[in-house]
Amino acid sequence: MKKLLSVLPLLGVVIGIHLLTSATDTMYYLTQMTMSAYYSLLIIGLCVLMGYAGQISLGHAGFFAIGGYLSAALTTNNLTFHQDSTLLRILDGTGMLLSGHDMYGEVFLVVTPWAACIIAVATAALIAVIIGIPVLKLKGHYLAMATLGFGIIIYRVTLALEYFGEADGISEVPPFVLLPGLSVSGDFSARVQNYYIAWILLLLGMVLLLNLIDSRVGRALRGIHGSDEAADAMGVNTSRFKLQTFVLSAVFAAVAGVFLTHYNGGIGPSEANVMKSVRYVAIVAVGGMANLWGALLMGIILNFLSMRGVFGSYDDAVFGLILILIMLFAPNGILSINIRYRLRQLFSREKDGEEGGQR
Amino acid sequence: MTTELFIQYLMAGITYGSIYAIVAIGFNIIYNTTGIINFAQGEFVMFGGMIAISLLQYMPLPLAIALSVAITMLIGALIEICFIRWLKAPSVLRMIIITIGISIISREVAVHIWGESIRSLPYFIGNEISSIPVLGARISPQVLWVIAVSALMVVCLGIFFKTTSVGREMRACASNRKAATLCGINTQNMVTLSFVLSAGIGALAGCVMSPITYSQYDMGTGLAIKGFTVAILGGLGSSGGAVAAGLLLGIIEAFSVSVVPLAFQDAISIAILLIILFVRPQGLFGSKEAAGLSEF
Repeated sequence: MKKLLSVLPLLGVVIGIHLLTSATDTMYYLTQMTMSAYYSLLIIGLCVLMGYAGQISLGHAGFFAIGGYLSAALTTNNLTFHQDSTLLRILDGTGMLLSGHDMYGEVFLVVTPWAACIIAVATAALIAVIIGIPVLKLKGHYLAMATLGFGIIIYRVTLALEYFGEADGISEVPPFVLLPGLSVSGDFSARVQNYYIAWILLLLGMVLLLNLIDSRVGRALRGIHGSDEAADAMGVNTSRFKLQTFVLSAVFAAVAGVFLTHYNGGIGPSEANVMKSVRYVAIVAVGGMANLWGALLMGIILNFLSMRGVFGSYDDAVFGLILILIMLFAPNGILSINIRYRLRQLFSREKDGEEGGQR
Repeated sequence: MTTELFIQYLMAGITYGSIYAIVAIGFNIIYNTTGIINFAQGEFVMFGGMIAISLLQYMPLPLAIALSVAITMLIGALIEICFIRWLKAPSVLRMIIITIGISIISREVAVHIWGESIRSLPYFIGNEISSIPVLGARISPQVLWVIAVSALMVVCLGIFFKTTSVGREMRACASNRKAATLCGINTQNMVTLSFVLSAGIGALAGCVMSPITYSQYDMGTGLAIKGFTVAILGGLGSSGGAVAAGLLLGIIEAFSVSVVPLAFQDAISIAILLIILFVRPQGLFGSKEAAGLSEF
């Protein structure tokens, strides 16, 4: 409950941004703010995995893509030709299929967005379990490479399978009707509505994670980050906690993928690209690893700037540079920099140098 | 499968395998002296090829390659001096992220200099259609160049590490850094040297492979993954293991062409990597105790 209160000021900011943009006639910013919110949902999930459990993942764009692509393919690809398969009958029996006529009068049969969303997120969670059990036994470089490998495989799969539209991706994804009158879509008239859907989803995610890290689980995770062996010796089931966090962050990524895909009305292979995964890691690092608020703030700011095209063709380069500079000069995140202390340290070091010279 | 086709596949496998082995040895050299896996290793190969292609406009091929290798070595040294040298006992996570950052920056620099186009060096001897008969199969002379240069590099590195005093100092630094420092070895310079060496062999590999596999700004990531697979497969830190594992992976890839669709070609090596990591993280040829001692 306390956590719920702590995100309330943020809700105020969200409403404030809406009012400000509508007052200054810059409502188009809301579109990028919505997209930033979805990406930030993934980033706070990754933040718990990296910052609190101490496990790096260079494959989170893969989970995002699993969510986005599955949801897009299920709700868009016409299933009429497979109408007689048993699987489809089961789906139809549970009311998970949607049939109708498209604008050319052709019959189409697709999975409903709700069902597709659940299938997509569940698949991502399942894959996270299957990948996570062996991968999380690894540490350091091995873990980084293994998750990077996972990300590349997903990227290749999206590029190679016709079902996922190969290099073109999937477009014309239908809106996701959450409730009657409330739908996730890129429709111009639904911009404000979608802005709030995205942000409320993000805030809910935030409350969940804030509660998690403040609970027994959170303390266990921090123990694991500090020292695997020590946490193990204290009776913490390290592998189970690591796996749970991994799956949780994968679910966050997949949910973000599902919603953003419906919002954009499509998804392409670039969402599964390794560079995207690296970008998420960079943002978590800038935010200060074990700092959910930092990750949230940086996720919003950097994604927003990137999507406004502020960095131009240097987009990836900027993220690479941010990554290096942060890790070199402020490994605890940009919010941790104490400028006065830094300056004093700088001067005292120079003094040391002079003494060395005199000797 | 006819013998001819078999040999054709085998030679293709050995060619790619030697490149992977060289990239893996590059990983090993840096890993041995620092305990870091340099995620930007593939970018050295890319720089080698790309710089040589650009220099070719102004000078003959051998000179362009030599100069390109020298420039890439300089880049390697600069990377170490700017980003690695002055960090005091950085965590593994921090080092991983820094080298990933370096790899991204290198790629972005390359794309802004050379663009996204695919380039290549000319064949060292002959051209695309010239071939040499080997046991009934017809092999491009460039294939022999790749294999010969890679073999030469491995032998030279072996001699360098065994007989020269600098090589011995680097090995001392690899086996125990503190003890090496106590013996008066400047370990920091050894680390710089390891980056220079690793950049140099990567660049040379990038030059000889360029006529066959072409060079592009984003070739590094794929090579790095494969090189890492090979380094792990052969046991991290072992050069002999890297050569054996490199050839093995190259040959598996070459023969899988007839079974697996081309789009999933890369997935094979990644699948092998994942399986090896789960089943035998010390590698096929590495010992379990040695793996237990090193910090990952």
